[in-house]
Amino acid sequence: MSAREEILARLRAATADVPTGPGARGEVPTIAATSASDVETLDLFVDHVADYRATVIRCSPDQVGAEVAAALARGRAHTVLVPDGLDASWVAAAQTAGLTLRRDAGADGERLSADELDGVDAVVTAARVGIATTGTIVLDHTPDQGRRALTLVPDQHVCVIRADQVVHDVPDAVALLEPSRPLTWISGPSATSDIELDRVEGVHGPRTLDVVVVDPRG
Amino acid sequence: MSGIPVQQTSSTFLGMPSFQRAAREALGDTQQRRNLAHATATIRAKRAQVVGEVEQWEALRVAGAEAKDEALHHLPDYLEQLEASLTDNGAVVHWARDAAEAGRIVIDIARAKDTDEVVKVKSMATQEIELNEALEAAGIAAWETDLAELIVQLGQDRPSHILVPAIHRNRAEIREIFLREMGGVGRAAPEDLSDDPARLAEAARLHLREKFLRAKVAVSGANFAIADTGTLVVVESEGNGRMCLTLPETLISVVGVEKVLPTFADLGTMLQLLPRSSTGERMNPYTSMWSGITPGDGPQEVHVVLLDNGRSHVLADEVGREALRCIRCSACLNVCPVYERAGGHAYGSVYPGPIGAVLNPQLRGASSDVDKSLPYASSLCGACFEACPVRIDIPSLLVHLRTQVVDEASGRSPEAASMKAASWMFRDHRRLEAAQRAATLGSRLIGDRTVRSVPGLGAWTQARDLPTPPPETFRQWWARTHGEDGHTEGDG
Ligand code: SF4
Repeated sequence: MSAREEILARLRAATADVPTGPGARGEVPTIAATSASDVETLDLFVDHVADYRATVIRCSPDQVGAEVAAALARGRAHTVLVPDGLDASWVAAAQTAGLTLRRDAGADGERLSADELDGVDAVVTAARVGIATTGTIVLDHTPDQGRRALTLVPDQHVCVIRADQVVHDVPDAVALLEPSRPLTWISGPSATSDIELDRVEGVHGPRTLDVVVVDPRG
Repeated sequence: MSGIPVQQTSSTFLGMPSFQRAAREALGDTQQRRNLAHATATIRAKRAQVVGEVEQWEALRVAGAEAKDEALHHLPDYLEQLEASLTDNGAVVHWARDAAEAGRIVIDIARAKDTDEVVKVKSMATQEIELNEALEAAGIAAWETDLAELIVQLGQDRPSHILVPAIHRNRAEIREIFLREMGGVGRAAPEDLSDDPARLAEAARLHLREKFLRAKVAVSGANFAIADTGTLVVVESEGNGRMCLTLPETLISVVGVEKVLPTFADLGTMLQLLPRSSTGERMNPYTSMWSGITPGDGPQEVHVVLLDNGRSHVLADEVGREALRCIRCSACLNVCPVYERAGGHAYGSVYPGPIGAVLNPQLRGASSDVDKSLPYASSLCGACFEACPVRIDIPSLLVHLRTQVVDEASGRSPEAASMKAASWMFRDHRRLEAAQRAATLGSRLIGDRTVRSVPGLGAWTQARDLPTPPPETFRQWWARTHGEDGHTEGDG
């Protein structure tokens, strides 16, 4: 008997006492906190992202470019990776300030190799959804965010999220996400586990996370 | 008994003394008890705070338990669905009856990729099957990629296996290890490396980054496997997980069959329960989800090894199967007065604490001294049940197992054995009560993210025990020279 057949047979024997078929529990319950208003949700999101020691900036839509440039300046970035689908206006000010913008295109005409990515200082992306109760941003790696490696290898990640992308609780986000996409949930910058029960500074992944929240209310 | 085979006890744990004997020795180590007490108190307090933020916590626990039960009670169906979804998404599914078979599958894939190394995200399942040892025996280096594991591995502190020597390595020792060992296995540490922690961390970052950038094969576990979408989920904090899951061309995930969840929507529940219970965070820094292959993004060859290794045996016990709900959050360890005193290694397994006490004898069968004694490694105070995010009634399971052990062995009365088991741990009942109060209430919140932040690996790793610390620890040095608030970014 193949391992597959044998394991399935064991599991069938093990559950022979179960009278029901799959789906017995009925509908999956949605247990989520609710919010009094969008304003409350956004305030909570901003507070919780900041709790992770990420830098959070709220700004009006026409300020995004300036805030992105300011974040990159704080991070002392010289080269900035720009996903193909990113709103070009978000990095215009950075370019004016003299930073080198790079697309995900390597010397060989293909995408950047891992080594080439390693030579880039920062990346600017959009996000798919934000979660207020946990201070999380979720990327689904569509063209305005780029493939997963782009937001992993550079040491600074500047993430721009619109206020209307922020939902209140985890199940609200899960309901919006497309499971067939690769998904990265980010709650604060890279954080290492401890050496001696307590924390030390980040080792892998972006060590600096800047979240720019675009709020039409300013 | 069901006739379904149990797990082979690995040679690492063969001949372990009974829990009581091993724990008595651990009790003599005052420093270890102090360290462990400090660690568990800190995590308890953090957990209590973030759990307190969630109004519907009880409803979440019920939903979490129901989601796992739905999957477990109909496990063959959901596994077949998972297999079909994964296959549709371009993944290759393998089945492994036991540790040896899982090891062979991983080794064969690595060999086919013509590589002599893999990068690894630490996982309980791969630890359980001792995959690193199997790979090494096959001439394939398995690089663990979190900082503590790197220090252990470079320091050649194995085969102790149960201990985590990184905890008693001070910064000077870590510097020496890095200088001496890194060059032999990859990018050398810079010659002028100081014992400045920032420089040490930087050296580790660069050393591992070279491995991440060149590795062809990565090995991971998974916290959840979603049947209806074929999605695997890995919850972590350092980013080494993302590196492994994203950069190498081939990814192999070893997943216990009990990790299945029926549907993607179940993550709405589980991702609230797990981080808050595990490290006391609203959310862990990084969670990765992938559904097979995404062209142009991440690994283009994805393997999933579905592992039995005694789990079907556990499932066959109508009462005991509840233990398979476990999502390895370690909350039950952190509230357990017995664990806090005995430490992790007395449990003789990679699964320590209350859940280890119920899971190990079920996975391995109660034939060894340690597995026979584990059902008595508890005072039945109930703190573990209250803390468990998926409502595993550990005290009742322990009583159930005691009956089995007694039936099998001598016919000694369970109550008598129970008294004996717990009483030596505490000088008198007042101490026991005080310990239990402390364990359930938690204490003042100390800092944030002070614990190992990979759920399932929180207290699990500390459980491998806390030897005597150096005169000045890395952390103390950091606090003295930077001030407690001197951190500028990510915390762990
Ligand atoms: S048994 Fe322990 S480790 Fe497992 S889910 Fe419950 S509290 Fe967490």
